[in-house]
Amino acid sequence: MKGSKLLAMVAALAGLAVAANAHALEWYFQAPGSQLARDIDHLHQYVMWLIIVIFIGVFGFMFWACYAHRKSKGHAAEQFHENTTVELLWTVIPAIILVVIAWPVTKVVIAQKDTSAPDITIKVTGYQWKWGYDYLKGEGEGISFVSMLSTPRDQIENKAPKTEHYLLEVDNELVVPVGKKIRVITTAADVIHSWWVPAFGAKQDAIPGFLRDLWFKPEVTGTFRSQCVELCGKEHGFMPIVVRVVSQEDYGKWVGEQKKALLAQQDDPNKKWDTPDLIARGEKVYGANCVACHQPTGKGMPPAFPPLVGAKLVTGPKEGHIDIVLNGKSGTAMAPFGKQLSDTEIAAVISYERNTWGNKSGIVQPAEVKARRK
Amino acid sequence: MSAVVDTHGHGHDHAHDGHDHHAPYGGVMRWITTTNHKDIGTLYLWFAGIMFFIGGMMAIAIRLELFHPGLQFLNPDFYNQLVTSHGLIMIFGAIMPAFVGFANWQIPMMIGAPDMAFARLNNWSFWLLPFAATLLILAYFMPGGAPGAGWTLYAPLTVQQGIGMDFTIFAVHILGMSSILGSINIITTILNMRAPGMTMMRLPMFVWTWLITAYLLVAAMPVLAGAVTMTLTDRHFGTTFFNAAGGGDPVLYQHIFWFFGHPEVYIIALPAFGVISQVLPAFSRKPLFGYASMVYATSAIAILSFIVWAHHMYTVGMPVTGQLFFMYATTLIAVPTGVKVFNWVATMWKGSLTFETPMLFAIGFLILFTLGGFTGLVLSLVPIDIQLHDTYYVVAHFHYVMVAGAMFSAFAGIYFWLPKWTGKMYNETLGQWHFWLTLIFFNMIFFVQHFLGMAGMPRRIPDYPLMFETWNQISSIGAFGFAVAQILFIYNLFSTLKSGAPAAQKQWEGADSIDWTHLPTPAPYHTFETPPLLK
Repeated sequence: MKGSKLLAMVAALAGLAVAANAHALEWYFQAPGSQLARDIDHLHQYVMWLIIVIFIGVFGFMFWACYAHRKSKGHAAEQFHENTTVELLWTVIPAIILVVIAWPVTKVVIAQKDTSAPDITIKVTGYQWKWGYDYLKGEGEGISFVSMLSTPRDQIENKAPKTEHYLLEVDNELVVPVGKKIRVITTAADVIHSWWVPAFGAKQDAIPGFLRDLWFKPEVTGTFRSQCVELCGKEHGFMPIVVRVVSQEDYGKWVGEQKKALLAQQDDPNKKWDTPDLIARGEKVYGANCVACHQPTGKGMPPAFPPLVGAKLVTGPKEGHIDIVLNGKSGTAMAPFGKQLSDTEIAAVISYERNTWGNKSGIVQPAEVKARRK
Repeated sequence: MSAVVDTHGHGHDHAHDGHDHHAPYGGVMRWITTTNHKDIGTLYLWFAGIMFFIGGMMAIAIRLELFHPGLQFLNPDFYNQLVTSHGLIMIFGAIMPAFVGFANWQIPMMIGAPDMAFARLNNWSFWLLPFAATLLILAYFMPGGAPGAGWTLYAPLTVQQGIGMDFTIFAVHILGMSSILGSINIITTILNMRAPGMTMMRLPMFVWTWLITAYLLVAAMPVLAGAVTMTLTDRHFGTTFFNAAGGGDPVLYQHIFWFFGHPEVYIIALPAFGVISQVLPAFSRKPLFGYASMVYATSAIAILSFIVWAHHMYTVGMPVTGQLFFMYATTLIAVPTGVKVFNWVATMWKGSLTFETPMLFAIGFLILFTLGGFTGLVLSLVPIDIQLHDTYYVVAHFHYVMVAGAMFSAFAGIYFWLPKWTGKMYNETLGQWHFWLTLIFFNMIFFVQHFLGMAGMPRRIPDYPLMFETWNQISSIGAFGFAVAQILFIYNLFSTLKSGAPAAQKQWEGADSIDWTHLPTPAPYHTFETPPLLK
């Protein structure tokens, strides 16, 4: 009886340990949200069962030998060491099993590569460390936005409790309609990234200077989450991918809103800004683009990520400062922001950097940035 | 046993003769100037041990950071540096030198040669390594720190790294040189210095696997040197091999790297197979089953390893024909690998088995390496790989091959040959504890990582979503236990060296290669100055 009590206690403790964790133990693929993901799941199960059977078969022999043919049981060693028939059999049979595996797999490979005749085409650009989405063709054409991690840094630095979608939430989700074939063209601006949505069985490296593509056709509405899966530098773990699949009707509404918002958001690069407004805008831009390396304190993480406080570039002539933000610095992680940010945003962030943390070097107007673009 | 001891005056009787027993110098100079294959083998093994310790400490730091979600101890940049160095140090600093150490000790003794063919070159091959290791470590103290691009050093991320990257590139160059010189030495020794009667098809399987490995090294290492040199010129001299803006292609780097990288897997695995092929028959008291088919299977694996490289790159966006070719070629490797596993099991079948520590590690190897081979088969299938690529499933897969494969085999080899090398016997109880703890904690670290990968956790991230916490905690606890288990090994090793019980000439009843049958224990400093008589 003592034993069973102990067992119950251990079980209760184990149960507590698991329950203490808010999340269930995920140990298998995410529930498939497309035919392709379902095919992959089936293939995996098919191969796994084959493997389990072979494994048990082969090691059944081995464990039987370990049990029955041991010296301590007085088993004398036989001295056979060759048998051509057996060798041939265990060469040919595995080869046949491989053909049996390869056949259904080949069909899925071909299906996975077929990106023809899409309903909507979206270009995905990997940046250090966020994703750019451009709707190129189909309903929503012309919509363009950048999507980045929205988990507050306090949660990452353990200063605030972590919320449900920690590291898997973004400011702007990729929105697509259900039941439509979506073709995604991937590329990157700096280094190689990789775009992945496990629920759709869709993964493709984003390679700077090249275009690659993949497709998926979501079957259910809902939000699907994932992360960049190719090491892309310091913040590689912090550039999630979130896809929201909505009904056709909702998608139409979303497209309408986006187009309106895009029109409203366009800044006039010739507008003259007041200092406080520009700096306030700049703080937002800094928080989204610069803070990971140069830090909220502006002190950076030298020597890889230099400080901005009292830095020559920041306190010196405006032109040098504008140029480095526009064009980046090759050979370092300082990216060119010229194509990602508007003149207004660049002017704002430069003004912010030049007038914060004790820096006092005057503001930069959008027109000045515009003038230095080549 | 006296009938087989005689090696023309260099056996027991003269073992303590100063002229025979020592190198011309004493102290440190003995080790710096030595041209003796046993001394150099010892140097390689100590070097590997130290690197294994350093790389292991990095792994512990990584697992410590991953114990909880959120950033605890390491900033993401430093985390990437640790991930990179852990890989480079374990592969080039620990596993490869460990097996070269075995080769140096065992090959001359197993083929009846007095030493390696090029004794001075042998010294140079080893003494290149500490310089390479120093460069790898020094990178941490450079502005920008060590490279954080992963051990695969993919362009163009490597172009962004600081000067530590250049240190790493030169380290890789030096390591490559060391490997190539060592391989030329091994090939020449095996082909030219066998005792009369030691025909190719009588070579112990360990020697065969090393002969094939050495050819792989000579073919693959220059390719790696080329890849990192192109990275170097892209970084500093204005070339654009891997930069699309100048007509290059980042994916070109991956093709070149993996043309080296996949043979590299077998460079590590084949000598491990060789050790297992010595240990299993010895403790089964039965000859290796299917000797000839083992030789052919090993050669087949080596040849196939050159035409499967792009299975590491299914997600770069290859044409469908490319994916299919590399998938079929890769699955084909399962055939000769299967033959090897079947032969090993058949060797044990109807033997007379005992389970000393080397045998336990060999059986552990057999089961867990096969498991790693099976997950390799899963990953060879394009659609499944696309789902699992760059996730923890891959991390689990290659640690089954590298740790449960190569490292278990290295432990089997050390416990197996230590009595012959030192003349002293290790503590069997401690050895068995070391095995069982290593086995349990290894699986605790890495088995759960299959689940993490399938559930979607990318590799090389310092922080992760909340749903992955439990498995990561189990994995981290496993890592800490694994580290503690290795202290048993270190203790056992040192206490054996200091005060182990004397070992017999033929310590293992079933061992039948000439190092056991024709040489006294411990093996004298110079052996086989005149060739042994082989029937």
